[in-house]
Amino acid sequence: MFDVRPVDTDYVRHRAAQFRAQVARRLDGSLTEDEFRPLRLMNGVYLQLHAYMLRVAIPYGTISPDQMRMLAHLAQHYDKGYGHWTTRQNIQFNWPRLVDIPDMLDLLASVGMHAIQTSGNTIRNVTTDAFAGAAADEFADPRPYAELLRSWSTDHAEFQFLPRKFKIAITGAARDRALVAAHDIGLRLIRHEGRTGFEVWVGGGLGRTPMLGQVIRDFLPEEDLLPYIEAIIETYNLSGRRDNKYKARIKITVSERGLDAFRADTEEEFLRRRGHFHGADRDALAQFRDRFAAPEFRKAPVAGYEAERQANPAFRSWTDTNLHPHRVDGYASVIVTFKAPGATPGDASADQMRLLADLAEKYGHSDLRIIHDQNVALPHVHKSDLPALYLALRGAGLATANAGLTSDIIACPGMDYCTLATARSIPIAQEIAEHFRAQGLEEEIGKLNIRISGCINACGHHHLGHIGILGLDRAGVENYQITLGGDGYDIPAIGQRAGAGFPAEDVVPAIDRLLRAYLDLREDASERFIDAYRRLGPAPFKAALYPEVVNA
Amino acid sequence: MSKAFTPSAAKPGVITANDLREGHNVWMCEGGWTPDPGRATLFEDEAIADLALLKAIGQSNIVVGPYLVEARRGPNGPEPVHFREAFRQTGPSNYFHGIQTQKSEATHV
Repeated sequence: MFDVRPVDTDYVRHRAAQFRAQVARRLDGSLTEDEFRPLRLMNGVYLQLHAYMLRVAIPYGTISPDQMRMLAHLAQHYDKGYGHWTTRQNIQFNWPRLVDIPDMLDLLASVGMHAIQTSGNTIRNVTTDAFAGAAADEFADPRPYAELLRSWSTDHAEFQFLPRKFKIAITGAARDRALVAAHDIGLRLIRHEGRTGFEVWVGGGLGRTPMLGQVIRDFLPEEDLLPYIEAIIETYNLSGRRDNKYKARIKITVSERGLDAFRADTEEEFLRRRGHFHGADRDALAQFRDRFAAPEFRKAPVAGYEAERQANPAFRSWTDTNLHPHRVDGYASVIVTFKAPGATPGDASADQMRLLADLAEKYGHSDLRIIHDQNVALPHVHKSDLPALYLALRGAGLATANAGLTSDIIACPGMDYCTLATARSIPIAQEIAEHFRAQGLEEEIGKLNIRISGCINACGHHHLGHIGILGLDRAGVENYQITLGGDGYDIPAIGQRAGAGFPAEDVVPAIDRLLRAYLDLREDASERFIDAYRRLGPAPFKAALYPEVVNA
Repeated sequence: MSKAFTPSAAKPGVITANDLREGHNVWMCEGGWTPDPGRATLFEDEAIADLALLKAIGQSNIVVGPYLVEARRGPNGPEPVHFREAFRQTGPSNYFHGIQTQKSEATHV
C-alpha cells in the first residue's frame, strides 16, 4: 500500500513554532523587514503584487487524500477558496495574511506538510515523473530516491546558503517526464552491467540564460548517489559566483569553468566524501522502497469500460487524451486537467481538492500526484472505474478532454500576482484556450505544448514549449515574444525566438496563423507541430507569424 | 521598477507599499495609509516626497517596502501611469479579487 507518511513531524512542528515567534517579533518591531525577509523566505512566504504568498512543498508531487483535504481547508479558510499548482509540483496560496501564516503552518504540520525550502538559495522540492510507480515505460520507481534526496536535503546545514536556488529532478522512465535536462542536477535511472544507477546531468536551467544540462557522469552506482550529489553541490558552493545574482546558478558555473574542470573537482570531492557515508543512506533507501511498495492491484473485467467508450463519445474523447498507459493490465493513470476553457491554468478550488481526495480514496488507491504541468494525476485507476470517475469529475468541471493539447497550457501567475513579472500570462493562456476551443481546431491540431512566462525568470517554462510565449514590458506596454521549437521531453531543446514581439491583442491572431500554417504544412495528422517544425525548420513558421515581412 | 522615481510638478508621484500584517496594497495619504489609491497624496516636489518616503520607511511596523512611483492627477484622485501600478490598484484580471472589490463596495454605499 502506498504510504505518504507525515515527514519528520517533530521537526516540522518545531519549525512552525519558530516561525510563529519570528512573525511575532516582526510585528512588535524587534525584527526589521531586512532581518525578517530571509526568515520568511525560508518558510515559503513571499510578498507578491497584491498580498503575501505561501508556497507549500509537495515532495515530488506526491500527496495523500488527507493532505489534499488540508490544502482545501487552507484554501477555504485562509485564502479566497483556491490554490495554484506550480511547475515544481507544489501549491501556492495567493492571499494569506501574514498574521495567519503561523496557524497555516501548524495545520500543515498536523498532516506532515510544510513550506520549508520552497524558497531561498537552498535545495528546492525534488521533482519527478508524476506517473512514477505506475507508468508502463518505467524502468525503476524514482520515488524512493526522490525521498532519499528530500530527507537528506531538508535542513542540510551545509547547503542552506548556496550561491542561488538549486533544483533536482529524477526520472526512472524511458520518456523523461521530469525535465531532467532543464535542472541544476538531473538524474536518469539506468542499468549498466547488471547494476542500477544514474546517468547524472548537471548545469541545466531556464530563466534569463536558458541552458540544457550536460552529462557529468555516464553511470553512477545507486549507492553513491548522496556522496556524488554532495560533491557536485559542494563544488558549486565553493566555485559558484556570488558576485552577480544573474550568474550565480550552477549552469553558469559549469559553463564558465567548463564541464571537464567542474567534473574533475566533483570527482575529487566525491572520493573524499564517499568515505564519510557508512550505509545509513542505503538503509534509509531500503525503508523508502517499502513505503513506496505498489498497491494491491485488482483484477477485474474491463468490458464495461470498453462499452462506455463505444456508447459515449465524450467519455471516449476524454479517455483518448487524459489517460496515461499503466504498467499493470486493466489499469490506467488519469490526468485531471485544471485547464478548462476560461479557467486559470493550475488553479484548484477547495471543493475540487476535496473531490479529488474522495475520488482517490474511492477509485485510486489513495494516491494523488501533482504534475509539473499544473494538472493532477490519479496514478492507479482500474479501467472499470473510469466511467464513474469521469462522471464525478465532469460534475466538478474537471473532465476537460485536453491533456497535452493546445489548451493544456502551462502559465506562470504573471503580473496578475507576481511582483517579478513584466506582463500578464493568465489572460493570454485563457484567450488562446478559448479561441482554439471555439474554432474547433484543438483535436485537429493534436499534441502541442504551449508554455507562457510573464518574465524572463521563465517559471512558465516558455523555453520548453513547442510554442513559448514570454511577456515583457516594452516602454510601459505588455508585449509578447514567441519562441519556437522548444521541448522538455523527447528531444530536449530550448525554443528559439521567432522575431519581434506582439502586443497582447495580437498574440492570439499570431498563434492562429502559426497553427493554421502547421495544419497546411504537416505530412499527416500524426506529425505533431514540433515534428513538423523539426522537419521544416523555422522559416515557414516565421513566415506565418510575420506575413507582412514576407509580403513587404 | 520605479523605486528610484523622482517626482516633479510635470511628473507627480505617490508613495505605495504593502500592509505588514495583511499584505494588501496601501498608499500614503494625509494622516497615514489608505487602501484606496484615489485618496493617495500626490507629490510634486522631490524634497517633500523624499522626506515622506523616509517617514514611510520609518513606519516598518505598519508597512513593507514603500516606494515612490509615478502617478497622474485624475478626476477622482491620483491615477496610475504604468500598467503594473494599474494592476496593483485593481487586482488580478482572472478573478474579481483584491482592491477592485473594495471599489465596488464603495460605489454601492
